[in-house]
Amino acid sequence: MKGGAIPKVAVPQVSARQVSAPHVLVVYTDDEPGVLTRVASLIRRRGFNIHSLTVGPTERAGLSRMTIVVDSDAPMVRQAVEHLRKLVNVLEVQQLGERPKVIRDLVLVRVAARPETRSEVLQLAQVFRATVVDIAEDSLVIECTGSLDKIDALVDTMRPFGILELGRTGAVAMARGTRNPPAGRAPLPLRTGTESMSV
Amino acid sequence: MQEPAAEFTGAQLIWESLLREGVDTVFGYPGGAILPAYDALVGYPIRHVLVRHEQSAAHMADGYARASGRTGVVVATSGPGATNLVTGLATAMLDSTPLVAITGQVGSALLGTDAFQEVDITGITIPVTKHNYLVTRAEDIVPAIREAFAVAGSGRPGPVLVDITKDAQQSRAALDWDAATPQRHLRHLPPPLDAAVLAQALELIRHAKRPLILAGHGIQMAGARAEVLALAERADIPFALTLLGLGAVPATHPLSLGMMGMHGEAWVNRAIQEADLLLAFGMRFDDRVTGKLKEYAPNAKKIHVDIDASELNKNVPVDVAIAGDLKDVLRALLPDIPVADRSAWLGAIREWRGDSAVRDIQNLPDDGHLYAAHVMHDLWKLTKGGAVVVTDVGQHQMWEAQYYKHDGERSLVTSGGAGTMGFALPAAIGAKIARPEAEVWVVAGDGGFQMTFAELMTAVQENVKVNIAIINNGYLGMVRQWQALFYESRYSATPILSPDFVKLADAFGIPGQRVETRADLAAAVGRARAAQGPALIEFKVEQEDSVYPMVPAGAALHDMIRRPSALAETGSDPA
Ligand SMILES: Cc1ncc(C[n+]2csc(CCOP(=O)(O)OP(=O)(O)O)c2C)c(N)n1
Ligand SMILES: [Mg+2]
Repeated sequence: MKGGAIPKVAVPQVSARQVSAPHVLVVYTDDEPGVLTRVASLIRRRGFNIHSLTVGPTERAGLSRMTIVVDSDAPMVRQAVEHLRKLVNVLEVQQLGERPKVIRDLVLVRVAARPETRSEVLQLAQVFRATVVDIAEDSLVIECTGSLDKIDALVDTMRPFGILELGRTGAVAMARGTRNPPAGRAPLPLRTGTESMSV
Repeated sequence: MQEPAAEFTGAQLIWESLLREGVDTVFGYPGGAILPAYDALVGYPIRHVLVRHEQSAAHMADGYARASGRTGVVVATSGPGATNLVTGLATAMLDSTPLVAITGQVGSALLGTDAFQEVDITGITIPVTKHNYLVTRAEDIVPAIREAFAVAGSGRPGPVLVDITKDAQQSRAALDWDAATPQRHLRHLPPPLDAAVLAQALELIRHAKRPLILAGHGIQMAGARAEVLALAERADIPFALTLLGLGAVPATHPLSLGMMGMHGEAWVNRAIQEADLLLAFGMRFDDRVTGKLKEYAPNAKKIHVDIDASELNKNVPVDVAIAGDLKDVLRALLPDIPVADRSAWLGAIREWRGDSAVRDIQNLPDDGHLYAAHVMHDLWKLTKGGAVVVTDVGQHQMWEAQYYKHDGERSLVTSGGAGTMGFALPAAIGAKIARPEAEVWVVAGDGGFQMTFAELMTAVQENVKVNIAIINNGYLGMVRQWQALFYESRYSATPILSPDFVKLADAFGIPGQRVETRADLAAAVGRARAAQGPALIEFKVEQEDSVYPMVPAGAALHDMIRRPSALAETGSDPA
């Protein structure tokens, strides 16, 4: 098969998850120990359903960026945004909402692949432009990056062969178009280490 | 200010910071991990109030803050000292009290090892503080404490905890106050006011026929009393108050209706249900004031002003939501508020009120029984409404709210959001220390008083003149009332014995009195007020009396259980 052609599997009939329009929040925080605990504690306590939360460094030292995909209705999401905004460590919360955006998730999936099914698995992986990153006697590890739906579709496609292990990173999202830097009303803290051992 | 070269121990830096924050008093209890700080305290002009339990230290700091508007400060040691603060922090968090708690922590090398008296207090207190810090180096102490004060007092205030390891207290660092200027608290100040939104609010006010102000705690915190009154008077809008709003605007003002909600007066709740516009100022539509949300104020458009944007559209969807400082918002609105005359609307409310008032227990003839309502009413009269009353939690708290008419700002201190029994005595001690010129009364139940009465000794040791009224009904009365109404009067675990309170007072070296009839009340109150130091009165009241009116939990506001109708027959005009 040629890359780019989208066969029947591309639009999944059955998805692991039903998120028609997931709410995507981008949260800029201080890069300090304890920040993730505060955010997680808030989400748990207020009962916000989240699909994924990813966090990592950014283009600026001392600044972390989280992508939170929320599985809740709009008023709940608004609440979540306002509560996040109250955390001292949070500089800015952006709700990507209707804006054009790129959402990417990465999956590593170990699929059972006996000699008689191996080539079929490989072919299907190619359809998703997924890469095979490890080959064992009776299985393959496939790596794939893409939208949440695409990853769901890949997983659904591989399921009949037997998924032995699966790990997803959770979504990282970014608005398309003009760059949207954190618009925190105050600069980053001048110091580091005040919360050096904070939970 | 200070030459940066000056070297201080971390312990000294704690007190240097507190002094610069304007702290004159801290409430605390020492222990191993905070010993360096206590040792250094000796050289500083800061009053330390030694409590009998750390929970009380937090309540004292809370009472100090609520009565004065300043930030309260608590000090405790690691482990059990720190965990004892948790209830006090939660109480402050739910009622938005600015508080800074400083706790000692084991040495940084021992963190995470379950060392002696090591507890992860920053982990434990995340949900009950606005923010917290674990400080492991002396040079981080000043920035952490400065920021803690900035966070505690800004936006919607609340408690902040600073946990400082013992080695950070013992090592040395320079003091550079200016370099530690806090900034992060500014991240979350509300955005500038939006003229279009203000215009929408004005439009609603202009068209309203039956508007009502819901006056909350935020009015006192924003210092917006004058602005609220100006708006109410100009536009002829009556106001209903939340429990924590009592005192925010004067109870005896002609436009004041009284308290709303579960134990609010029937005419107040009825006014809410019939209003066509609610102006909610610094309140948060707690379930105790709304009743069943689906049927809450069904005829009303709603304007909600609160400093905390997460409170807007949370429980009650509103037509105009304004996140901002109430004083700023009202100042922006006032010039365009139209003068109005709403005698029809006010007249209707007055009629409903007349009907309710004849059910009022105040109108009962004195039949020799002592009712808590009598005590509150008479206490109000005898103190000319001028006292700061600090109430505990239960029936007596509601009777106080109904019958003590609070005119002065910060004249009622009570645990509303958390409803923490045991709060009153320690909070009153804090309130009296913050406002020594004020007459401070504790109003506590026999149950709640027994939770923290060890603090009587703190009052004695620190010579804090608080007057204490114990409303002894022999029950955990509020729970008994629910059992009577909703659990077929099975009084499971609610009858409660008390010590002989007069003898108890004697053991603490303070004057104690017992009052069993209304006739004896005034003289006893007079003696208590005249006493040099703390004084205690036990009021033996009717045991199975209930607080009315009452909206059962989950019922609509207009579905009130009214005062027993038998009382209606004996009524005369309300006082
Ligand atoms: C720390 C705490 N424990 C339990 C409760 C539940 N509670 C609410 S009111 C009340 C009864 C209070 O009894 P008392 O202090 O005698 O006051 P009364 O209602 O009799 O006036 C109880 C147990 C509470 N609010 N706080
Ligand atoms: Mg009682």
